Amino acid sequence: MDFWFSEQQTPDVKLSIRVDKQLYSSQSDFQRIDIFESPEFGRFLTLDGYMMLTEKDEFIYHEMITHVPLAVHPYVRDVLVIGAGDGGVIRELARYPEIQHIDMVEIDRQVVEVCKTYLPKTACCLDDPRLTITYEDGLKFIRRCHNCYDLIIVDSTDPFGPGEGLFTREFYGNCYKALRDDGIMINQHESPFYAQDATACQRAHARIVASFPVSRVYQAHIPTYPSGHWLFGFASKKYHPLKDLDAARWDARGLNCQYYTTTLHRGAFYLPAYVEELLKNVETEY
Amino acid sequence: MPQQRAPIYEALDAFRRMRIVPFDVPGHKRGRGNPELTALLGEQCVGMDVNSMKPLDNLCHPVSVIREAEQLAADAFGAAHAFLMVGGTTSAVQSMILSVAGRGDKIILPRNVHRSVMGAMVLCGAVPVYVNPECDDRLGIPLGMDLGAVQAAIRKNPDAKAVLVNNPTYYGICSDLRGIIQLAHQHGMYCLADEAHGTHFYFGEGLPHAAMHAGADMAAVSMHKSGGSLTQSSLLLTGSAMPEGHVRQIINLTQTTSASYLLLSSLDISRRNLALRGKEAFAKVVEMAEYARAEINAIGGYYAYAHELVNGSSIYDFDITKLSVNTLAVGLAGIEVYDLLRDEYDIQIEFGDLGNILAYLSIGDRPREIERLVSALAEIRRRFGGSGRALMKQEYLEPQVAVSPQAAFYAQKESLPLQQSAGRICSEFVMCYPPGIPILAPGERITKDILDYIVYAKEKGCSMTGSEDPEITRLNVLKGEG
Repeated sequence: MDFWFSEQQTPDVKLSIRVDKQLYSSQSDFQRIDIFESPEFGRFLTLDGYMMLTEKDEFIYHEMITHVPLAVHPYVRDVLVIGAGDGGVIRELARYPEIQHIDMVEIDRQVVEVCKTYLPKTACCLDDPRLTITYEDGLKFIRRCHNCYDLIIVDSTDPFGPGEGLFTREFYGNCYKALRDDGIMINQHESPFYAQDATACQRAHARIVASFPVSRVYQAHIPTYPSGHWLFGFASKKYHPLKDLDAARWDARGLNCQYYTTTLHRGAFYLPAYVEELLKNVETEY
Repeated sequence: MPQQRAPIYEALDAFRRMRIVPFDVPGHKRGRGNPELTALLGEQCVGMDVNSMKPLDNLCHPVSVIREAEQLAADAFGAAHAFLMVGGTTSAVQSMILSVAGRGDKIILPRNVHRSVMGAMVLCGAVPVYVNPECDDRLGIPLGMDLGAVQAAIRKNPDAKAVLVNNPTYYGICSDLRGIIQLAHQHGMYCLADEAHGTHFYFGEGLPHAAMHAGADMAAVSMHKSGGSLTQSSLLLTGSAMPEGHVRQIINLTQTTSASYLLLSSLDISRRNLALRGKEAFAKVVEMAEYARAEINAIGGYYAYAHELVNGSSIYDFDITKLSVNTLAVGLAGIEVYDLLRDEYDIQIEFGDLGNILAYLSIGDRPREIERLVSALAEIRRRFGGSGRALMKQEYLEPQVAVSPQAAFYAQKESLPLQQSAGRICSEFVMCYPPGIPILAPGERITKDILDYIVYAKEKGCSMTGSEDPEITRLNVLKGEG
């Protein structure tokens, strides 16, 4: 039997993964949720047919979205995570004992339930006592928050569908308001490569630049995301991602990562020329 | 009647399958002659852009599928007859006026009528008798007509032919429609309703009275606003006192003889949707509007108003699907918030005036967009808000009708610099847009207060239209007057 999952990454490009079996499929109030088992990537989660994570390469995304700000900020106590229903970000955050409280705001309760059942490798820490999960639109939750987080991680889906509100000027402005004076916001920043993703990436960048005094972009290589070249946004009120990197302090923690190192941290902020160009082009848009 | 039917849509569908060879207009011939247009709109759309013909009926003299569609619409809206309109609700409103008034006939109406009413009076020579819609000083908006004020106008003008009511206003304010209809009928006058913003009243629950249900003689209903049909499509509803043939003749004076089947089928399908699913759909709209109001009021500064305004007279009822928000206490003019929402947050709302904004909610909205609107308003307050500043609130300027709109429109004119025009009779419209209510209409005397208001509204970024000079530095006035 020839059984393949295909994601149309652009109207003219597909990524296909051979599937052993489909473990779960359901339509929630917000989106279609599927879990597949595959020989190459292990289990993987898709929402509305778009790849969210695979067991094989999720470590890259989750390490890069979490450890970069934690190696910069000297003392993170309160964290807000938006999205992240698969639990991967929480798993990485749980490794930092000084974090006192994590708020996770996920719009779709069903995603969390499904991940707990089928993706234990990422959902392993969703019962951490420091974690409070709220099932709500992130845009609504953050409206009520003032000056109360050190770190906000925006682990959103793509900017079409339920995650669209997390790529807006009003959302980034609300994040600014919700952060303390030395707070950092990290967001998944789409890919610079294919035209449609690049446009989303530019729009997000323009809006973040307009909302935060420090706004830089860094990259990682994630094989199952369109083009494999993926970006993250580092926005902050005070800290610079390279000048304020305390590599010795982070290295002394002895956290064992598979992708992130403090050396890679520095390198990740050195972007290809065309990416620098497309980001620079929108920095004065607002 | 079987509201599941959609006769025009069904006829178009059958027609498409017949593969008729077109040697008639339109000349694009199912899009083949205009490939770029076909690429833009899609083959199905241009294929349905066809001319009147036997199987598809004719809007000018409907005898088959259009007639059936009109009967279904009349049934759905509780009217004696429904006319499908393709010239916007402007043409529906004008047909109402032209149906009941001729030269010199008086019509009692609120000042905050749509410009289309003034246009109809220029055409037919009717004379307006204005009822002062009271103004809410705190919000700076025109309200509905007080029943007593209508009664006074009727007593002073017993020869008037009709009373026209906005049901509701742009802001969602309703007058005592039943009371006004009763009063008009007691004095042998017709009662006409401009329901450009009230289609949903016919189908939703817990909403203000719809005009036909309340016994009005005619109602102009913007199906393309809350009803969901294509822009420019509309309905004219009539009660049993209006002869259908006469109204049809009036409509045919100005309506196209090449009615678009895209517009007609959109009316047909929208009527079906409202009749079958309108109740649930508008319940959802109400729920979203109530949620948004609570969230916006929780931000602080903004005042999203609703039923608490109701005072039994000038605000007899309120349309809770309208999300009208007063912005004065945030320290921003409504028009400034309107611009910020679009320029900074990619959100387009319906209008902003000096003190208010209106976000139009409809059957197409989803909670996630409501969250965006509320969050953007919160951000605007954080980034741009100040202490509640004193804005010029007064919006209602009592018009002084000197001659009929028609006499003024066609009279000899001269152009004067704005500041020298005080005391003269204006021969043109000056509209402040949005929301599109006349500051001056042809035949009205220009006063110092009006000139001050024009200057102020221009400074605030309102778009002023209607006059020959687009910058409104000059006004046309009647020659030899004043």
